[in-house]
Amino acid sequence: MQTKEFMNADGVESLVDVMAGKLWSLTNQREIEAPLLVGIRTGGVWLAEMLHAELGLPDPLGTLDISFYRDDFTRIGMNPEVHPSDLPIPVDDRHIILVDDVLHTGRTIRAALNEIFDYGRPASIILATLVDRGGRELPIQPDIVGLKPNLEPGQHITLTGPDPLGLVIGSESNRSSRQSDEES
Amino acid sequence: MKKKQLSILNGRLIDPANGIDQVIDIHIDKGRILAVGKAPEGFDAPSLNARGQLVCPGLIDLCAHLREPGAEHKATIASETAAAASAGITTIVCPPNTAPIIDTPAVAGQIKNKAKKAGFCRLLPQGARTRGLEGQQLSEMASLKAAGCITVSNGYNPLANSLVQRRTLEYAATFGLLTMIRPEDRYLANQGCAHEGRVADRLGLPGIPHAAETVAVANYLALVEQTGARVHFQTLSTDRAARMLGRAQYDKQPVTADVAIHQLFLTELDIEEFDSNTHVHPPLRTTSDRDGLRRAIREGIITAICSDHQPHEADAKAAPFPDTEPGISGLETLLPLTLKLVQEGAIDLSSAIARLTCGPADILGLPQGRLGLGAPADICIIDPDAIWTLNASQMLSQGINTPFDGWELQGRVNHTLLQGRIVYSRVKS
Amino acid sequence: MSQASQNLQLDKQGRLLHFLTIDGLQREMLTEILDTAEGFTGVSERTVKKVPLCRGKIVANLFFETSTRTRTTFELAAKRLSADVLNLNISASATSKGETLLDTLRNLEAMHVDMFVVRHASSGTAHFIAQHADPGVGVMNAGDGRHAHPTQAMLDMFTIRRHKGDFVGLRVAIVGDILHSRVARSQILALNTLGVTEVRVIAPQTLLPADARSLGVHVYHDLDEGIRDVDVIIMLRLQKERMRGALLPSEHEYFRLFGLTEERLAKADSGAIVMHPGPINRGVEMDSQVADGSKSVILQQVSYGIAVRMAVISMVIGSQNLQLQG
Repeated sequence: MQTKEFMNADGVESLVDVMAGKLWSLTNQREIEAPLLVGIRTGGVWLAEMLHAELGLPDPLGTLDISFYRDDFTRIGMNPEVHPSDLPIPVDDRHIILVDDVLHTGRTIRAALNEIFDYGRPASIILATLVDRGGRELPIQPDIVGLKPNLEPGQHITLTGPDPLGLVIGSESNRSSRQSDEES
Repeated sequence: MKKKQLSILNGRLIDPANGIDQVIDIHIDKGRILAVGKAPEGFDAPSLNARGQLVCPGLIDLCAHLREPGAEHKATIASETAAAASAGITTIVCPPNTAPIIDTPAVAGQIKNKAKKAGFCRLLPQGARTRGLEGQQLSEMASLKAAGCITVSNGYNPLANSLVQRRTLEYAATFGLLTMIRPEDRYLANQGCAHEGRVADRLGLPGIPHAAETVAVANYLALVEQTGARVHFQTLSTDRAARMLGRAQYDKQPVTADVAIHQLFLTELDIEEFDSNTHVHPPLRTTSDRDGLRRAIREGIITAICSDHQPHEADAKAAPFPDTEPGISGLETLLPLTLKLVQEGAIDLSSAIARLTCGPADILGLPQGRLGLGAPADICIIDPDAIWTLNASQMLSQGINTPFDGWELQGRVNHTLLQGRIVYSRVKS
Repeated sequence: MSQASQNLQLDKQGRLLHFLTIDGLQREMLTEILDTAEGFTGVSERTVKKVPLCRGKIVANLFFETSTRTRTTFELAAKRLSADVLNLNISASATSKGETLLDTLRNLEAMHVDMFVVRHASSGTAHFIAQHADPGVGVMNAGDGRHAHPTQAMLDMFTIRRHKGDFVGLRVAIVGDILHSRVARSQILALNTLGVTEVRVIAPQTLLPADARSLGVHVYHDLDEGIRDVDVIIMLRLQKERMRGALLPSEHEYFRLFGLTEERLAKADSGAIVMHPGPINRGVEMDSQVADGSKSVILQQVSYGIAVRMAVISMVIGSQNLQLQG
């Protein structure tokens, strides 16, 4: 697979600034106070940490590892680098901001929503993603998007990090199972 | 052409009892050796060209379980004696633990008749030492002897009571019966299924210590000294027991022993994968035991190698290791593995053949196992160069339970003669 | 030959196809099991105590020896992975009717079982079933004879890592009936593979294997001497029937010599933890003060057992799925 840099750390940080602004407006508009911020491992957690700091939220950040909820477990087996999900505050009747790096097919978000509901019944969920690269296979749309790049078929975009953060574009003919992890 | 006459020409005759190892012809008449070398004047018999082949006495197997009567789902006298003939074996001692047990003349007679009818092999039923093999009461040894039993044994049921041990030895000696013993102290064996050592420790298999064998051997050696009775130890598995035997022989005690061929190749390490085909009794021991047994074979302390043939149906071996029945279907690997000992330099060819022929014949006091003038013409003709791979599924025995499946072997029986009659030919001519 | 043992448990890429024994597994694999188990620990504390990972899979608990505790934790682990669970206590009934183990296996396979969790009194049973199971069917050893109890060993390792952080530098003492213990065999293999500094076994000679040192342990016959400065003490369960043979004279003498008391525990490292695979014979292996004391982590072992079993079940089902796809 060949990759080339698409955006450097400064670029990503300014996108996160924009997302923080939009989130602030949206929560105000919906009269949501003190939402719970939850990042999807791994890229979503990096972004959520930055957003958490910018928004100055009182409750600790939650992290989700959706390995146990993937719909392709029977095709790819157990992810050997699974980490525990950590939602330190009960989610019942809380407003949640779910953060992921790249939104593609929508399957990761489907898995994340299922997992959140196994922790309890939230009042609402807002989906924020750094990149929406299109190609949805499920009826899932983001509320907040940092960037909508125009990608050629076969190209895909990945957040690298955590230090420094960056976006890279890769292209390849055969997607390996590992890449679908980032994209799904 | 006269009946029952045959000349075996150009073969390399190996007759250890008579010290012969040379290319020479053999002539057979009326089931016996008529001449070795030049044919007698006017002898005009069909001939068998044995050029490049070994000509030996038919093999004598001191221990082969044929399963009949009582366990015909495992094997029958007909199936196993045919397998024996294909492996060059012409005389078999079959232990008494059949069902019914060989503790009456009727059972002994029935077995002999079945073998005679099958016609492949000479069968020597072994009488029970105690009635029902129960270790309590003497069997009717004199009647058993009259019915053709020349040895007695208690099979796998070691006698626990030392007084019964002594009395049975004395009573057997009275009638010139040889007592054969699988030496094992059943309390020390403690229902184990593998050698008590590193492998059993790791696999968590209940172990049988060396002492289970050596304690029993020591016990019987003391009784031999006490009674003067002749004793033969079967299927020794430990180096220590072989050394004790050597010492007793040095002291002129009337004791002999055999070893099962698999004990000269396999060790506890071969159990590694819980391979139920390596579940044998006595268990596979250590490498130094194997080497010690090889030494005892080479030095003539142990004078016979047997197959300890134990054919099983597939179910008997298809279970977790400790729950499987012990034993190897061994008739068809007895000779090729013994020849492998020679190929590995563990023993010379003539001595190896002796351990399968005159060695066991002398233990039993039989005229077979040698090819001098007038001897029974039980003969085995071997192609020493044939290299072949054992395929268990193609064995003639009804039991295909062998850990040697897939082994490359050298040397194979081409013809077997029983009393001058060809009972097996690999290549139909 | 030990190569073959690895191949039976692992596929060509080194993934876990069955979990039969610790023997032959590398440190990386054991660490992966512990890490994966770490990921499952949170599931028990949530509103919905299950994840959908093994939805639609059937796990059959095939217990030829009764064991409520182990069977329950396996059942709970499988259910928390959303698998369906069949419980079969086959004690003596099937075999006394002449049905062989293979018959039982084939019957269950006809019901499209995806995994067998096997406990049996004979060493090697799990290997035997793994050798005969259909492709795609994983086998989990829940204890076979004296041979192995690998999930118990791994939950013990998990407990140790939770308390001690790392294995390097640890001294671990295992006390009691080593000879008859599948748990001890698996623990010793796991501890040595994970790189502890020293494994000690403490028992009278009658409860030790003939060549205990070949297992990679130091042998002690004196409890006070053996637990000096150790970081972890594992007490093994002593089966009551062992008292009846010629192995031990009495419970009283056993406890006097090998029972763990507060006073004796003081000889171990001050941060030492006390473990026991359960159920405890109070007053035989240890007194109640120790069992319920601050150094005892026995109840944690039980709850960690579920996460560890979730980890190995999901790893095995995952790799069996991959294997089926070729």
